[in-house]
Amino acid sequence: MLAWTIYITFIGVLVLMFLPRDNARAARIVALLTAIAGCVVAFVGAIQQANPGDVTTIVKAPWIPSIGANYYLAADGISLVLVVLTGLAAVSGILFSWNIEKRTKEFFAFYLALIGGVYGVFLSFDVLLLFVFYELTIIPKYFLIARWGSTRKEYGAMKLALYSFVGSHLVLIGLIAAWVVARGQLGHASLDLIELSKVAFPIAFQHWVFPLVFVGFAILAGMWPFHTWAPTGHVAAPTAGSMLLAGVVMKLGAYGCLRVAMVMFPEGVRMWQGEIACLAVAGIVYGAGVALVQRDFKFVIGYSSVSHMGFVLLGLATLNTIGLDGAVLQMFSHGIIAGLLFGVVGRMVYDRTHTRDFNDLETMQLGKLIPFAGVTFVIAGIASMGLPGFSGFVAELQVLMGAWTVFPKLTILSGVGILIGVAYTLRAVQKGFYSDAPPKPVDHDHPLEPISMPERFGAVMLIGASLIIGLFPGLLMNWIEPCFNSPLSMFARLLVKGGSQ
Amino acid sequence: MNPVNYLQILQLAAPETILTLTVLVVLGADVTVMRGKSIAARFNVGALLSILGCASAAVFAFTRLTHLQEFNLFNGLLVVSPSSDFVKVALLVLTIFTILISTSGKFTDHVGEYLSLILLGTIGLMFLVSTEDLLMVFIALEFASLALYILTAFNKHNEKSAEAALKYFLFGGMSAAFLLFGFSLLYGISGSTNLREIAIGIAGKGFDPLLLVALVTAVIGFGFKVAAVPFHLWAPDAYEGAPTPSAAFIGSGSKVASFYILAKIFTLGFVGAEGSAAYHNFLSGWTPVIAIIAALSMVLGNLTAIVQSSVKRMLAYSAIAHAGYMLLGVLSNTPASASAMMFYVITYALTTIGAFGVVTVVEEATGGDAIKNFAGLSKRAPGLSLCLMVFLLSLGGIPPLAGFIGKFFLFSAVVSAGANLGLLWLVILAIAMSAVSFYYYLRVLKAAYVEDAAAEAPPIKVPLLTFLALALLALLVILIGVAPGLLTQYL
Repeated sequence: MLAWTIYITFIGVLVLMFLPRDNARAARIVALLTAIAGCVVAFVGAIQQANPGDVTTIVKAPWIPSIGANYYLAADGISLVLVVLTGLAAVSGILFSWNIEKRTKEFFAFYLALIGGVYGVFLSFDVLLLFVFYELTIIPKYFLIARWGSTRKEYGAMKLALYSFVGSHLVLIGLIAAWVVARGQLGHASLDLIELSKVAFPIAFQHWVFPLVFVGFAILAGMWPFHTWAPTGHVAAPTAGSMLLAGVVMKLGAYGCLRVAMVMFPEGVRMWQGEIACLAVAGIVYGAGVALVQRDFKFVIGYSSVSHMGFVLLGLATLNTIGLDGAVLQMFSHGIIAGLLFGVVGRMVYDRTHTRDFNDLETMQLGKLIPFAGVTFVIAGIASMGLPGFSGFVAELQVLMGAWTVFPKLTILSGVGILIGVAYTLRAVQKGFYSDAPPKPVDHDHPLEPISMPERFGAVMLIGASLIIGLFPGLLMNWIEPCFNSPLSMFARLLVKGGSQ
Repeated sequence: MNPVNYLQILQLAAPETILTLTVLVVLGADVTVMRGKSIAARFNVGALLSILGCASAAVFAFTRLTHLQEFNLFNGLLVVSPSSDFVKVALLVLTIFTILISTSGKFTDHVGEYLSLILLGTIGLMFLVSTEDLLMVFIALEFASLALYILTAFNKHNEKSAEAALKYFLFGGMSAAFLLFGFSLLYGISGSTNLREIAIGIAGKGFDPLLLVALVTAVIGFGFKVAAVPFHLWAPDAYEGAPTPSAAFIGSGSKVASFYILAKIFTLGFVGAEGSAAYHNFLSGWTPVIAIIAALSMVLGNLTAIVQSSVKRMLAYSAIAHAGYMLLGVLSNTPASASAMMFYVITYALTTIGAFGVVTVVEEATGGDAIKNFAGLSKRAPGLSLCLMVFLLSLGGIPPLAGFIGKFFLFSAVVSAGANLGLLWLVILAIAMSAVSFYYYLRVLKAAYVEDAAAEAPPIKVPLLTFLALALLALLVILIGVAPGLLTQYL
């Protein structure tokens, strides 16, 4: 059933390609219906899955027997969480880009192609297949930004594409080397993740190949110091583009780190655990600090994404169940909240005022002109700061608890990052919406267009998701926890030594 | 000695014979029936005849593929095996596509000659892949090359075409001399021109200086044919100056055959003189020589391609880079890497013809092949630019296209070939360089999809036949990428 998320999305792309060029309305409706269908399938499929702790096979068919590649789609609890996130992000992204008038049909075709690739990554249990879907997302990303973006869009798009491509090539080198070594040990060629998760790669091999694959994926997760694509890319992207970048694309990187790099090379993780944690915390503090001094509203959110993704990486580096649980939950939580923040800034503010500069926004009193945007941003900001009641709190708390047992000093440092997070969020709220600077005379000939229905729907949907998970984290934890707790799972090797076991 | 059985020769060489007859028919038809007709009509009829000939030769070769035993006539002069037969089928298919994208050309009014030269070149290449004798290798190679030189010069209204052809010819002549010199030394050392006998002849003699000279001259000769650094200088000019379909032919069919025979000569003829190109474990022999050439080609080709503004020149440098990747398949010297290399070369050739086909159309419509001529292509010709996207992304190695899976096959075979991952350094270099290549392919796509054409630019009318050919090629590239088993079962 879950495989249909991929198929439906790509069918949507095909349908869009054959629509008449100038019918923007039809393109929007097709895109929205496709995304909703994908989202519904994701929800229903996820709920139907009986044992989230086990890997449930969806399809497994030989694909390229000579190199041991299968068309192998499956899902465990972690996939379920991320597939549901993708569904939500896809729908809300379309709602927030309802006003795209320029080459609408192509925009949504690229958009859905990106979503289809993302679904594919989260459901692939064959490394090659996963890699194929992973690279498939690069091209739509590039065109979405370069064609429909804003500030320095071609630069931002090319930077993102090259970073992604370089990252995925690091992964490719590691995969080819691992494939050769694994074939020597297994006696047959295999690209099956579950099979590879049982191969004991030589320690010396893991020592150099793990960082290669991990960094390759972590580039896309915005790991400091390879994060520099993220702010420029987010800022350049159209609203829906930044929502997807922050919402799901960065999760692709983190997911790849967990599902491929860490699962295949557990000894490698243990060797590099400390370094990863340091980089993660550097990202948390650095991202927050830089966000604090930005003048461009979208850069604030862009750097905050780097900071929040730092928590995911920190959680991964803990190698204990509570930290990993937190990391996965943080992927979901950040996907929702960052999507919402970008939606507010990109769609509600920038598309109406055509500026994101705080100095201009301060004089506009947006809190009064478009109160819905102001309120939404305050709620999203609260969620982003990690106040109880929202998903971010549960996730970051678990990451910190997990990290405390392993890296107490770094955990304290990342606490500083959280404090700065409060500061930059409040600053953004104050400067962006509720400034007491003397207002410029309002231009009554061009009043701001009121917040439209699709935007309201999208905002309510995302706030609701964050709130529900914040209040009932068990809904997702029931999917995530069994994956790490089961001694038979593919993550078991990661957790054997050390940690809080 | 057995009496010569002419019937058997005719049977074995039937595809070549069919093609030779086709050449005569095409030439004859063009000077008799089609005389005085419009160029377009002559091109269509001529192309139809040529394609019929190629198709029947291909069908013949393909149907006998499954039950073919290896035939070896006259001590290796003519060798027909399932693998050589499949390469011939591939060559014929490539020729068909080359002809299809030529049909809209306006660069010549010598239609019959143009088409028959393409066919003659193909015949040369077909003989080239079905021999294990150095003499025959030389003759077939020169036969094919002569056709290619003339094809390069075919645009008589363009000075660049003449310059390119002259450059190509002079370099080619020189490399032929090197090749012949090397071959003569090999004959001197081993007393034979047959590859397997040469291997026996040089076995146990150690690595003597004469062999080294023979080896180096052979590498120079073939390095020129496949446009590997530092013997690549002719390639950018030839690709840019030649009529675009001719460039497509140079970049596709000739590449496939050259690589097939290059691998054969080195793996069969220089057994025992391999040496080693493994990291920390260099041993003199032919593999380290090729490793250095491959590394240079990958680095130089990719880096130089970045700064090109002409798409044809960019494709030429990318061809040099791809030759570097393919050479990795040659030097790793295992059956798996050889078939991975052939997979790579064939898919590369299909993709290149496609890319050149798109360039042909754009050139006809906008008068140039600079990247800026591609601006707004997605609006002016949506189908065409979609094909361009498929071809360039496949060249860049983006899944799920054929180029990616080819790279995966090739690189994994190369890494498996060296003990203790010894050849990994070459693969790391190749993958790093392929990440670079993504940039310049994306630049063309950026022009096509992101930039806007000048305001008054009208839609581009794509000739139907060309468009069908390109769409078919794009489909093939996708299909082979998704289901590579279609091709691997024959390699």
